[in-house]
Amino acid sequence: MQVKPANFNTKTISNFLVNNAILLLMIVVAVSVGIARPAFFSAYNAKNLISNTSIRFLVALGVSGCLITCGTDLSAGRMVGLSACLAATFLQRADYSGRIYANMPEPNMLLVLLGVVLIATIFGLLNGIVIAYLKVPPFIATLGMQTIIYGICQIYTGSQPIGGLRSDYTVGLASGSLFGITWLPYLGLIALVLGLIFWFVYNKTPHGKYMYAIGGNENAAEVSGINTGGTKIIIYITAAAMYGVAGFLLGGKAGGASVGLGPGYELEAIAGCTIGGVSTNGGVGRVSGILIGVLVFELLKIAMQFIGVESNYTYIVQGIVIITAVALDMRKYAAKK
Amino acid sequence: MPEYLLEMNGVCKAFPGVQALQDAALKLRPGTVHALMGENGAGKSTLMKCLFGIYNMDQGEILYNGQPIKIANPFDALGKGIAMVHQELQPIPDRSIAENIYCGRLPKSMGGILVNHEKLYADTRVLLDRIGMDFDPHAKLGTLSVSQMQLVEIAKAISADARIVIMDEPTSSLTLGEVEKLFGIIDQLRKDGRAIIYISHKMDEILRIADEVTIMRDGQYIGTWPASELTTDKIITRMVGREMTNLYPPKENVPGEVIFETDDFTSIHDRSFRNISFQLRRGEILGVSGLVGAQRTELMEGIFGLRAHKKGEVRYKGQTLKIKRPQDAICRHIALLTEDRRRTGIFGVLSVTDNVAVASLRQYLYGGIMLNEREIASLVEDNINKLSIKTPSGKTLIKSLSGGNQQKVIVSRWLANDPDVFIMDEPTRGIDVGAKYEIYSIIADLARQGKSIIMISSEMQELIGMADRIMVMCDGKVTGFVERDTMNQETIMELATRFA
Repeated sequence: MQVKPANFNTKTISNFLVNNAILLLMIVVAVSVGIARPAFFSAYNAKNLISNTSIRFLVALGVSGCLITCGTDLSAGRMVGLSACLAATFLQRADYSGRIYANMPEPNMLLVLLGVVLIATIFGLLNGIVIAYLKVPPFIATLGMQTIIYGICQIYTGSQPIGGLRSDYTVGLASGSLFGITWLPYLGLIALVLGLIFWFVYNKTPHGKYMYAIGGNENAAEVSGINTGGTKIIIYITAAAMYGVAGFLLGGKAGGASVGLGPGYELEAIAGCTIGGVSTNGGVGRVSGILIGVLVFELLKIAMQFIGVESNYTYIVQGIVIITAVALDMRKYAAKK
Repeated sequence: MPEYLLEMNGVCKAFPGVQALQDAALKLRPGTVHALMGENGAGKSTLMKCLFGIYNMDQGEILYNGQPIKIANPFDALGKGIAMVHQELQPIPDRSIAENIYCGRLPKSMGGILVNHEKLYADTRVLLDRIGMDFDPHAKLGTLSVSQMQLVEIAKAISADARIVIMDEPTSSLTLGEVEKLFGIIDQLRKDGRAIIYISHKMDEILRIADEVTIMRDGQYIGTWPASELTTDKIITRMVGREMTNLYPPKENVPGEVIFETDDFTSIHDRSFRNISFQLRRGEILGVSGLVGAQRTELMEGIFGLRAHKKGEVRYKGQTLKIKRPQDAICRHIALLTEDRRRTGIFGVLSVTDNVAVASLRQYLYGGIMLNEREIASLVEDNINKLSIKTPSGKTLIKSLSGGNQQKVIVSRWLANDPDVFIMDEPTRGIDVGAKYEIYSIIADLARQGKSIIMISSEMQELIGMADRIMVMCDGKVTGFVERDTMNQETIMELATRFA
């Protein structure tokens, strides 16, 4: 077989373009919008972008474990919503007239966070058990859980929106920044820390290796003595914990919570993961990719807002991006006949 | 009419890491049975998959009736009159026999929008009668035994009314009576002027049924001879080339005391393994032989905790083991190299390193949480050197290695757990001749170190070359043990077909 140098070069370049399409797209979008609307590069906009990205990144981190093990989690959005509602009911101002727990002293915020996460993990545990031991396909199991949580949330909130939140929750934490520096929002820092923890778990611990192994070939994982059921349960529990944190932060950021908050986050998270290279065939996915996937999505939204695209059109663009990104990804993995 | 119905010339096909076919060829006369022979990994199945449109060949031509043709996919091949009986069955167990046979070309009615069920079942009835099978066309395929399914697969190929029928190891799980039936069908096809490409490892079958024999070795065309000019010895010599004398490493292991045994081990399924009792000595290589469907794999998976058993026990150094899942077996230093490397062996999307370390990660922890990557890297490095695994680095994805190297990676995975009993299910399946010898050497070496090996193989030659003793199974039961001094293919075959 002959080697054709010219051909080889164009191939390398086109390979590079295909492999890094998303990153390149992001840069092109950012630079061109920045040139058209210089305010795009302002610290305020950076904060906006980081805050939006952070919450969705947390949900995407949670769901990534499910996707890598060939599962999914459709209950993520509703869990985010329930967590937001739970957090909001405990973090209403003491002097607010419509307070749900009228005579309760104002609890410690960290305690509320832990409580919310704990409750979310119970649902995650249930998801995990149903999937790992009852062998219900993840799509169906979490679809059911989604509906269950919706019902619980309706009952819990009495279908009423929850407002009058404490300012240390809304302004202090959810809109606050470290040292008051605009582009260092707390949300971003929390996401960064959790992202690093996930990176560590995925790459440096047996649990992470087992997760990739199960996704790569569950039968082989079983033969290799991996406790596949236990590993999956841990994955769905940690996923739920992430939704808990995300919901807690979202409640504060939105300044209130209701049953309507949350749905749709699961699909955006799945989209972000797949754009970022998490393979729907399982076994593949990196934390850095997930970040890029979510970021590109949020960047597109904000960029389109900036240049004044009507929001309904942005959905169409988002849809095209999801499909294109995964189609490009599939080219990489497509088996050669 | 041209002399040959089909000619394949200069066929090349490469997979990542292996040149599967290099200038392979085949010339097929109408009205003949043409045997295609070669060792496992010689490229027979690959060549046939190129002909049947499952693979696209990199180079080469196919002449059909003297005209060059291109075959895009199996559907295209069927349309051109080429049908194939696959080595690995591809059944849809929950659909009827008739639907399995006519899958993809169901008879239609109402202008093509409805399935004509009457015709479907009537045609199937006629077809089954013609080849002397009295199954109910409505029965679910999954209710048949493996050998019956194989007959259905053959019926499927014949139903296509093809000019060329490819049969890849069609008798691998058939009983002697069924084989006779198949030969009758083949004779009929030959008389009709059709051509049959027949792949088999069974010499007696080839010498009996074939008109011509083409031999392949290492993906290359060696030659074509009339079957009447050949003998078993001549075929083997041409199949393996010059290296025949060094096919197996010297036996230096000395079997010691019994360390592992099963007693009346019986599956929860009535048709699977039953009343299995055997003993394994330290440093012994116990071969396990049997036809496809003899439940050898199922037995080993049962011992390893992948399948449930309802009675009997497994003892290790005199102690009864409770094995409910693979973890339990692994803790007792039992390892299982599975038969189907792709399905239950490799993690294709993961690196060589991850593939080696996955079953022993707990041994490489800092402070109970964090993996010691340096120690893992040196484990992998050791194994790459010791087993001479050909890989660019530990970071390479395992799926880009050749079959033999993938197998060595999985062997390393188990060696990392220091197994005392190593069960190997078809350890050389789909591996080229050179790598086979290396696998044999690894096995011989382990036995010499006092490890006990259970080696399942469908290649009797291989078992005779390697094993100290052979346990033969048939239809879920042990039908006998063959000692080293009495090992020959006839004895084994007789035990393997001893249906109750």
